[in-house]
Amino acid sequence: MFLRQVWTVAAKDLHSELRTKEAWNASIAFSVVILLLFAFAFDPSSEQIREFGSGLLWMTYAFAGALVLNRSFARELQNDCLDALIASPVSSAALFVGKALANFTMLFAVELFSLPVFGLFYNTWPPRFAPLFLVMVLGTWALTIIGTLFSALTVNLRLRELMLPTLVYPMMIPVLIAAMTITTNVLAGNPMGFGMRFLVAFDIIFTLLAVVFVDTVLVG
Amino acid sequence: MNALEIADVWKYYGDFPALREVRLNIAPGSTLALLGRNGAGKTTLLRIIAGLSRPSRGSIKIHGSEAREQATRRRIGVLGHGIALYDELSAIENLTLFGRLYGLPDARQRADEMLERVGLARVRDGLAREFSRGMRQRLAVARAFLHDPEVLLLDEPFTALDDRAIAVLQSMIQGMRDRGRTIIMSTHQLREALELASHVALLQRGQIVHAGERTQQMLDDTGWLYRTYGEN
Amino acid sequence: MREKIIIGLAIFAAGLLAWNMNTIFTQLPDELNQGAIYRIIYFHVPANILGMSGFGLGMLLSIGYLVTKDLRYDALAASVTEVSLVFASIGLATGSIWARIIWGVWWAWDYRLTSWLVCWLIFGGYLMLRRAVDEPIQRARFAAVVSVLGTVNAYISYKSIEWWNTQHPQPVLSIRNGGGMAPGMEAPIWWNLLALACFSAILVMVRMRQEAFAREIDTLRRMAHAQ
Repeated sequence: MFLRQVWTVAAKDLHSELRTKEAWNASIAFSVVILLLFAFAFDPSSEQIREFGSGLLWMTYAFAGALVLNRSFARELQNDCLDALIASPVSSAALFVGKALANFTMLFAVELFSLPVFGLFYNTWPPRFAPLFLVMVLGTWALTIIGTLFSALTVNLRLRELMLPTLVYPMMIPVLIAAMTITTNVLAGNPMGFGMRFLVAFDIIFTLLAVVFVDTVLVG
Repeated sequence: MNALEIADVWKYYGDFPALREVRLNIAPGSTLALLGRNGAGKTTLLRIIAGLSRPSRGSIKIHGSEAREQATRRRIGVLGHGIALYDELSAIENLTLFGRLYGLPDARQRADEMLERVGLARVRDGLAREFSRGMRQRLAVARAFLHDPEVLLLDEPFTALDDRAIAVLQSMIQGMRDRGRTIIMSTHQLREALELASHVALLQRGQIVHAGERTQQMLDDTGWLYRTYGEN
Repeated sequence: MREKIIIGLAIFAAGLLAWNMNTIFTQLPDELNQGAIYRIIYFHVPANILGMSGFGLGMLLSIGYLVTKDLRYDALAASVTEVSLVFASIGLATGSIWARIIWGVWWAWDYRLTSWLVCWLIFGGYLMLRRAVDEPIQRARFAAVVSVLGTVNAYISYKSIEWWNTQHPQPVLSIRNGGGMAPGMEAPIWWNLLALACFSAILVMVRMRQEAFAREIDTLRRMAHAQ
């Protein structure tokens, strides 16, 4: 039952997004622009790009992610759909996990799109893709879970678009540090290090916290 | 067992009590008109019954079970201020979605039936965004009645609707009453509400100042209720 | 009663602080390597201890609110967090001044500095969120959730920044690594901590009263709008 509700919510969000492509278009365009701007800030042909390339990549993901996450609960505001969802027999936890899955899928798609753009602009390709995808999955889930919870929390606030990044980015710092470090290792062909265990632990802790608190956030 | 039992419910906004000591029992099959001025607490009370908000004190039981339980929410239908439809989904997709969320076994078939009943079968694949105002309202009515709720909550149902939507809503409400369902509607449009209602409850400053059966006198003189129980 | 406690505490704290100042500036000699600037430690360390314990206390009070739904817990949590943020700012500022003199830079990416800045940003966000919500109960709920998540996250940030910075060997300069202090030099840190703790208690009490007034005003406003 829980899983079916999760799936219904996630499918609904993805279906709506495929129709309008609002978040997708904005965040793709944004990530390309960021990657372009970074090329002016740093010399893209230098050897050091291997060292800070992963940082650029994850900052791009974090910035593009904010656009996806901002839309997540905001898309429920039109016509008071959020009320209808909360009044329906879907538990807050199922609603949250469903939305988080949809956000994860969208953000991951954006990342998959901007990865070759990054490789192209900065001439940096990972020696093996599997470890990179693993970091991307774990890191993106962490970004998504924090972002989705705060998207729910800020959805009815004045200044929603300002409050979300102010709250979310400081919370994302440990994830970003870990993901950047591992990605640097991966790009250099080194072992991933103990950061993977950290990411897994972070994912578990914050998924649990978010599921515990989401009902408090959604139902007053 | 009562369809709805509201026992000593209080709701605070900060330290301000928006609802005070609300007690109300409604038998199955009744149609209750929840009356009161703007800001009297009608919407707050309806939101608590719908499970959108929790009471600060007291309890709400619907057919004997708590309002926020999942099984309870399956038995409630809500038609609020917003139409609660996704503009980028088609009529049939909207209804199927809510059918699935309410756990209906044959959501799509049920959605088709409802579209037929509100007269939107012809445009079942049209996006909600492209509908006229009246069509959207009828679709919203279809959504609220989709899972055949035992208790139906209507917040100001007649204010924004056009004639055809009102006709559809009234016939749906009539059908519900014939099957012994319970309806609770908040409104300040006295005449329509009183004509439909079997019971009335008057809220004033968050308190129920009168609750009981609707009498002929209320129909004959719509101002009577406020004059008798209200403050002015 | 509250007035008397506040005045009593203020007199005590002011007296203690004056006595401390006298010790710090006239009795104690300059430190061998750092010269006069080392005295900033007497404010830097207590401010940071107060800030840190205040954020932790704020989280406990937030949990208290979520369990009891009593708005007084929320008011206390907000007051404590706000005062802690002031002390955290003092800690960052004094640290920065010290770093300018000793390290030659205003800011160094030392792991303690960095994680303390992250913590400062998280609770700055907490206070901004409080200003963005009008309804007191909703504000209390949201703020409590942010406080709990924020404290957990601040701790994880601290650990992660420590782990990854120690991975890259670089000189981590820290006062505490400089070996033990002479006993006579260390004592004023703790006396100052006591004095500043009294001041923060006063600030929290004053702030609590403001919160109570704000709630009363909010209630009166709602009454006036309700017909």
